[in-house]
Amino acid sequence: MSAAGVSGGGTGRDEEDRPVLEAHGIVKRFGHVEALRGADFAVHRGEVVALIGDNGAGKSTLIKVLSGAQPQDEGEILIDGRPERFGSPVDARRAGLETVYQDLAVADDLSVAANLYLGREIKRRGLPGLLGLLDKHAMRRGAAEALEQLGVQVPRVTTPIAMLSGGQRQSVAVARAVVWATSVVILDEPTAALGVVQTQRVLEVIDRARDADMSVVLVSHNMPQVLEIADRVEVMRLGRRTARFRAAEATTDDLVAAMTGALVTEPEDSNLR
Amino acid sequence: MTGVETTTGPRDRLSEWLRERISYAVSEFTAATALVVLFIALSLASPYFLTADNLFNIGSQTAVIAIIAVAQTMIIITKGIDLSVGSVAALAGVVGAIVVRDLGFSVWEATVVAIGVGAAAGLVNGLLVAMAHLPPFIATLGMMSAGRGLVFIITGAVGVYSLPKSFQLLGNGEIAGIPFAIVITAVVALGVAFLLSQSRFGQYVYAMGSNMEAARRSGIAVRRNLTAVYVLAGALVGLGGMVATSRVASGQPNYGIGLELDVIAAAVIGGASLFGGQGRIAGTLIGAFLIAVVRNGSVLLGISIHYQQVIVGLIIWAAVYFDQFRRRRLEARG
Repeated sequence: MSAAGVSGGGTGRDEEDRPVLEAHGIVKRFGHVEALRGADFAVHRGEVVALIGDNGAGKSTLIKVLSGAQPQDEGEILIDGRPERFGSPVDARRAGLETVYQDLAVADDLSVAANLYLGREIKRRGLPGLLGLLDKHAMRRGAAEALEQLGVQVPRVTTPIAMLSGGQRQSVAVARAVVWATSVVILDEPTAALGVVQTQRVLEVIDRARDADMSVVLVSHNMPQVLEIADRVEVMRLGRRTARFRAAEATTDDLVAAMTGALVTEPEDSNLR
Repeated sequence: MTGVETTTGPRDRLSEWLRERISYAVSEFTAATALVVLFIALSLASPYFLTADNLFNIGSQTAVIAIIAVAQTMIIITKGIDLSVGSVAALAGVVGAIVVRDLGFSVWEATVVAIGVGAAAGLVNGLLVAMAHLPPFIATLGMMSAGRGLVFIITGAVGVYSLPKSFQLLGNGEIAGIPFAIVITAVVALGVAFLLSQSRFGQYVYAMGSNMEAARRSGIAVRRNLTAVYVLAGALVGLGGMVATSRVASGQPNYGIGLELDVIAAAVIGGASLFGGQGRIAGTLIGAFLIAVVRNGSVLLGISIHYQQVIVGLIIWAAVYFDQFRRRRLEARG
């Protein structure tokens, strides 16, 4: 585990340490249903924050708002303290946020390298580039280097994703987000469908991303895993943040208590403006 | 970092590499083998088969199907299908014939017009699929019917005749002793193969067919690129229709009925997957020639045309079975 030197979290947060991504009072309605009722969230540079909550607590909706997939009705999102408005996932990516969705991450028929560069292909120089021709060598080289750095092992970068194991596939998806993100990587249940060994691989990639001073938001149902990998845990309940913990000081029981509403660390009214 | 899942020794790497290549191109490989076997068998069975005349004849006959199958392959890779190719080819062909007969266009000008007609039909297909989100099957089924209707309206259901001799250039002319239709096919096939394998657009074609949502979320302009695939395919269908019209030296309103089945068969036999994301031009050409050689060989051996259709049906079953078998094996690994 690295200690990226960023404290953050808890209630005694250092005021000078501005979060790299912050959400305040996010409200999101679907018809008459209020999925988010003034949700707050924050992650600092080089920090892994787990976002947990029971089904229907609003985690997925908050992730969709943060990743630009579903713009919020009220509230604001700050990147490095600057307010940003995400109308689409492309806006969020432009602001340095990359999101890995559980099942929609990769194109199976394309190679590992092609997937890493999907939508950001390197073109050749000069006229061939203007004609849209790809510099496949540069992309293979870049992909091999990036995967090496993140400790992702694949047979070759030219291997089609369909031929990889589930863990390798998800590691490539996570690596792709880490490579392109400039501030925050959002992972929505990245290990939900994986076995123990494969899960460990993905967690190692997350570790390396933190070592590289990347911020990671991790949605997970797996409490022991959350406590193992995260620096902090933010708990959602009924569309709002109800508790925050430092992972090192919390127990699984604390997390469950917070998820069910038995334990509340956040002031009840702070979010109701 | 542990590496329990990865191969280590050079021999493992080599065998992994080989398995990857072979499983990726297994349909192509099977079809090519079938083609070679068929070639040898027919050469032994008929003295006329392996003559330059007969081979050029097969090439010219295959040209139209091959050009249109190349177009179909692009669409199949995007997980689409184009049922309208026969109607659009006929429409482009009769319009090309009419502008020569009635407006005195040269054959080249008429070819440009025919390509334009095909591209316009492709644009409609593409907009219906990419913007209106109609399933490709439905969008092109509508175009199949509407296109054929337009052909009959324009021609009054009568063939377009009294065309100048020069009109036959594309279909029956030669360049340095090689049939013009074969040259056109080669240029089209090489061009599209290059586009698919080397360009960013080609990469997007595979990406969209493999995982449309992943492509969209990767920032690929899916609607624009998907529409472009249908426009480009339509243009090639228009060109193919013009070559066909030139071959028979007349615009036939009934041309191309059932053509979609031949070209889909060629693409599928060559390894294009109807599940999207897979397919190569080389395979499609092999598929088109396999069908043509079966037909040609049947004629030489005096086998009835009805049996030919049965044989082609068997080949399609075998090809798709192999495709699914391969897919299951790949997925079993994941």
